[in-house]
This record gives sequence, structure tokens and C-alpha cells, in this order.
Amino acid sequence: MAERCAVVGIGQTHHAKRRDDVSIPGLLREAVDRALADAECALADIDAVVIGKAPDAFEGIVQPELFLADALGANGKPLLRVHTAGSVGGTTFIVGAHLIESRIHERVLAVSWEKQSEGNAQWGLAGGRSRGIGAGGAFAPWIRAYIEKTGAPEYIGWQVAVKDRLNALKNPYAHLRIEDISIEKVKESAMLWDPLRFLESCPSSDGACAVVLTDEAGGRRAPKRPAWVEATAVRSELGTFPGRDPVRPRAGVECAHDVYAQANISVPRQEIDIAELYVPFSWYEPMWLEGHDIAGPGEGWKMVENGDTELTGSFPVNPSGGVLSSNPIGASGMLRFAEAALQVRGLAGEHQVDGARTALAQAYGGAAQYFAMGILRSEPT
Amino acid sequence: MRRTSDIAIVGFAQTPSMRRAERSEVQLLVPTITEALQSAGVDRRDIGFTCAGSCDYLTGGPFAFVSNLEAAGAWPPISESHVEMDGAWALYEAWVRLQHGDIDTALVFGSGKSSPSRPSEVWPQQLDPYYLAPLGVDPVSLAGIQARALLDAGKATERDFAEVAVRSRRRAQSNPNAQVTADDDVEALLAAPYVSAPLRRHDLPPISDAAAAVVLARGDRARELCERPAWIRGLDHRIEVHQPGMRDLTTSPSTTLAARKAGFDGGPLDVAELSATFSPQELILRDALGLEESANVNPSGGPLAANPVMATGLIRIIEAASRVIAGDARRGLAHATGGQLLQHNLVCLLEGEE
Repeated sequence: MAERCAVVGIGQTHHAKRRDDVSIPGLLREAVDRALADAECALADIDAVVIGKAPDAFEGIVQPELFLADALGANGKPLLRVHTAGSVGGTTFIVGAHLIESRIHERVLAVSWEKQSEGNAQWGLAGGRSRGIGAGGAFAPWIRAYIEKTGAPEYIGWQVAVKDRLNALKNPYAHLRIEDISIEKVKESAMLWDPLRFLESCPSSDGACAVVLTDEAGGRRAPKRPAWVEATAVRSELGTFPGRDPVRPRAGVECAHDVYAQANISVPRQEIDIAELYVPFSWYEPMWLEGHDIAGPGEGWKMVENGDTELTGSFPVNPSGGVLSSNPIGASGMLRFAEAALQVRGLAGEHQVDGARTALAQAYGGAAQYFAMGILRSEPT
Repeated sequence: MRRTSDIAIVGFAQTPSMRRAERSEVQLLVPTITEALQSAGVDRRDIGFTCAGSCDYLTGGPFAFVSNLEAAGAWPPISESHVEMDGAWALYEAWVRLQHGDIDTALVFGSGKSSPSRPSEVWPQQLDPYYLAPLGVDPVSLAGIQARALLDAGKATERDFAEVAVRSRRRAQSNPNAQVTADDDVEALLAAPYVSAPLRRHDLPPISDAAAAVVLARGDRARELCERPAWIRGLDHRIEVHQPGMRDLTTSPSTTLAARKAGFDGGPLDVAELSATFSPQELILRDALGLEESANVNPSGGPLAANPVMATGLIRIIEAASRVIAGDARRGLAHATGGQLLQHNLVCLLEGEE
């Protein structure tokens, strides 16, 4: 039987287009120091460090964790570097949890980051070649396929964008803060990758996220209420082959069912109070609601239309403002886990969902082929 | 820390190491993974967890590791992860995952092709981007500084370095996967010019392409799959300061610490496979691990005979495990390294059952 894992410290940076005020180590320490302060512990109390980021080519440093070891206080400790494309922040959280659940360590620091301003992410996303179509270009045809298949009206994407941007105004760490956001404004923003408009897309951000994970005893004596890691799962599948359904990837379905089963959740729509889903483009909100069997086929967009996914709705999605509001790629997945944990701890501040006790965190990456998911709870079960 | 002793290596495979493989990384991996699974007698679909180790920069493209999923046969979807590290650390992650007790097999692979790029241009980008990378210091120059520190400390001579090389290349003659094999004369090697003083050609590893894969199994499943599993008695890794100027380059405290945490008590070893990428590093590692003069170090020839970066460490584990599984060794130690000048070190202690 695996050891129970608790999240006792959470930290993130103020995400921004360009954090010229800090070096890469400085950026990481901003998140790490906040997580340690939250857990009321010090770097010296950490047994092992797990670090994740998206491709090294984004900043142009090969295996940057080697030089970051000093700033992370990792000297003399084990340090693992995870890389699973856009899902990496989620995977990094999960690898950290595994070190606790296997009883190998008692206190682990998991940290993830991206400093996109130091490189050219669009070049990186294109595999370092020219004629890159960007992530939006890769996902737009699948979004179009979802719209065709379900008959969703085009304003659904705009609605998600407005909702996440309004939520971001309640999150002091969010990168994009668009005070006068409206359906009109989204609708009139430039078309980038049909059907995706500028304001339906994520930004490029500099930022980091860190969590302190510990075992059951550590969770019980934590100074603040912990979040309990009830379930975690990862799944990967090939990105391109005939017959693949990229709109509802099987890896995403199976990953979701894995965490639901571990957490004894049979009706996710009712038993989960809030979800932080990796939504880099507005339409991915209804796509994941269906792709993870929270909504039935063709029902995801109706949840958006009815306002169910709003902060005060029956199934709030991305109360933090989500990836649409802050996207330090390597950290974006961990931010979903961190925000989900904040919700069940009751520490999400202005964007707190009342009575959140069970939260779903999800990250995806590559050609919608890598998935990392977790269920966090306010009480251990 | 809980001592775990019920996870073992039950199958493995590696490609021969070569200067320039015509096949792509994924093409190297496909037959290697198939062979490893066959050697363990496991079906791909029975694998509970898969973990890979590779480096995007070697292949020269971001997300290069994504292609390797094809070799893992990721359909139907698999539970899988990837480390931007040597495959030895992928093995570490899989070993951790196996301890949850809900799965009983894992597939691990490490792969790297150094041939498409110029290592002397890639690896300086691995150093601190503010203070070191702009200097363009390549691994051979750094290794020269380390070798010089050993000489200056009176801990070794250039002849000691050459003797490591002679032994490695000679022993590599019986390793079908080795890339550099020779029966050299120490005097002749010492007469060669310096490449990066005090290092000569023979003190350097080759530039290599290769892939390696391992199958891990837990408890009774391991006994079922393998007559004599190589049990992982201890596995630990430790990192140390990055800046070479802040370290005593003639020692490797993180190796000593990892060995201690892995439970290595200095007792007798039948085989030790060390990721000594440059000949002086074998002397440093022997010292850090407290190995006896007579210890059986790198019977495969070690990294001086084949150095497929990102698979080199995993191959050390394979080389030690294969001797345990074959019954030629009872107790073996494998060492992997990451970063420059032994910054990050992993120690794996293997034993056969009596």
C-alpha cells in the first residue's frame, strides 16, 4: 500500500510576458520561497527536488537544472528532471508525489518553470524549423472538427475566453488582466487560426510554480490545512496515425477514468467540485469536459453556454484564469495542480470556489497525446 | 528511507555503439526494445509503466523525445514518462513507480545519437548561461582541467591515465557492442600528442550513437520471468555544485554519498561498471567508491570504448546486471553520471539471489 501524499506548500511567481527583473534562478526562487513559506519550512528540510520544464530549446540551455541545482538548494540531494512536453508541469508534480508515495522521501520540492522571453517559443514549437504553424495552428483543425461534430455555436469559444479572463482579474498572479473584457472584444479580436481568435489564445509567459509535498504524518502536522493527493495518473499515445481521434484522445479518456477509479468517483460532474484543466485555447474547455467524460458527447459546450463552468456555476473550471491567462509552458501543468490544491485548502483567495472539497487537475501536451491528471481533496479518504 | 529489495532487472538489450548510425534514434530503439521485452519474455501490452531518457539537444530538435514514443508502442495508450537525463535516471523513476505495488513490470530505455551534432558546440550550452556558457568551454577542455587538478594534487600521473585507457580498450575487445577496441602499449600511447593537455586521444571517449533498454519486474513476477534476476539492492543519486571552480575536481563527494545512500558498504564486488567518461574519472570514481585496486572495473570497456550519451549510464547498469543474470557475478555496482565533471551521480547496487 502506497503512502499518502499531502501538498503542504504552494508558490507561484507573478507571471508576465517578460520578467526582466529576475534571472532564471531568481524566477524559480520566487516560486520556491513562497512554497517553502507556505509550508513553513526551509530548503534544508527538503529531501529531494523534481524539476520540470518544456523543451530546453525554449531558453537555449541544455538541461538547465544542472546549473539551477545551486539555487534550488539541491546540492547533496537527488534531483530529477522531467520533460513530457506541455503536460510536464503535471508530470513533475506526479513524479514528486511518487517519491512520497513510495516512502523513499518524506519531503519533496517539485518545481516547474519557463522563461519564454529568453527565447523564441514559436520557433521552438516548430521543432526549431521555419514554417512553424504554432500550437494554435496544430490544434485549430481539431477544434473545427469538434465544432462540426457537436454543432456548437461559435460564441462558445468567446464565452470561455471571457470567463477565464474575468477569473484572472481575481488572481493576483495572473499574467493577462484585461479589465474591459467582453464577448464583443473577443469576437472582434484578430483571427489567428480559424476558428481561434487572438483573445481566445494563451499568452507567452515567464513564470514558475513550486509545491512542497510530504507524507501523511507531515500532512497532519502541517501548519496550514494540506491538500491530499487522492489519485494521479499519466497516459501517452502516438500523435499521428490513421484512425486516431485527436478530438477525444483515448489517452485522455483512459487517464481520466484511471483517476476517477482511484478516487472512487463514479459521476465526475457531481462528485468533483472544481476543475483546473489545461485550456490553452478557449475551445479546449468543452473538448476536455467531454474528453474526460465530465459531460456527455455534445454536452460540454452546453455546460459553457449555461454558465456552469463559471466561478459561481455548478462545475467551475479554471477559477484561476487558467492557461488562457498565464502560460509559462513548463509550469502551466503544475499550476493546474497547485490551483486545484489551493481550492481544496480553501486558500484560493478571491477566486476561491465556495465549499470546494474535491478538485480535478489536468495537463496535456504534445499533439494532445500526453496527459497528467490528479484528484485533490480537502480531507484524506 | 525504506530499504527495498524486491525489484529486479529481468531483461535488457542494447545496440552496438557506433560513430554514426544510419538509422534514426527511433529506428535504433524499435529492435532494442523488442529484444529487451523478448529477453524477459514479456508482452509489450503487459508493461505497467514505461520511462525514457534522452536529450532534445542531441537530436537537435525540441520535442525530439516524442518520436521515441513510437518505439515504446504507445497504442493503446500507455502509462509513460520521460526524463531529460541519461536512461539510468529513467530506470530510477520506474523503480520508484514500481514500489507503489499496483504494477509489477516496467520498461526503461535510454537513447542518444551524438553524430548529428557537434558535441563541442552542444555541451557548452549545458553550462551556467550567465557565467560559463559564453566562454564556450567544451567537455574535453573541462576534462583537461580536471585531469590537471589530479596531477597537481599528486593523486595520479599521465601514465595512470594511459593505463586506464589500455585496460578499457583491451577489455572492450570481448564486448561486441564496443566501438573502440585495441591492444595498446602504454609507452606508445604516452608518445602521442596532447588533445587538451594533459589529456591525449586515448583519454577521451568516442562520439557514439546507440540505444539501450531494460525490463524491470517486482517480486514473484521477477522470479517468474528470469531464472536469476539481478535484484536492485540499492539505488540512489545525488547532485552537487555546478560551478567547477567551486568544487574539488579531484574528488566526487556526490558519488560517495549516493553509494552510501544506496547501501553500498564497501564490501566485495564482482563487477563495477563506472561512467568514467574520461580516463582520469575512473581514478576519481574508484577513490570515491572506495574500490580495491584489484576491483573488476568496466569489463565492458566502459565509456572509453562506447559513449552513447543518454544511454551510457543505463548501459553500465545493463553490463553489471547481465553478469549477475548470467551467474558470473553475485554482487555488482553500476554508476551513471550527468552534467560535466561528475556533477550528478547515480549508484545502483545489484545482487543475484543465493
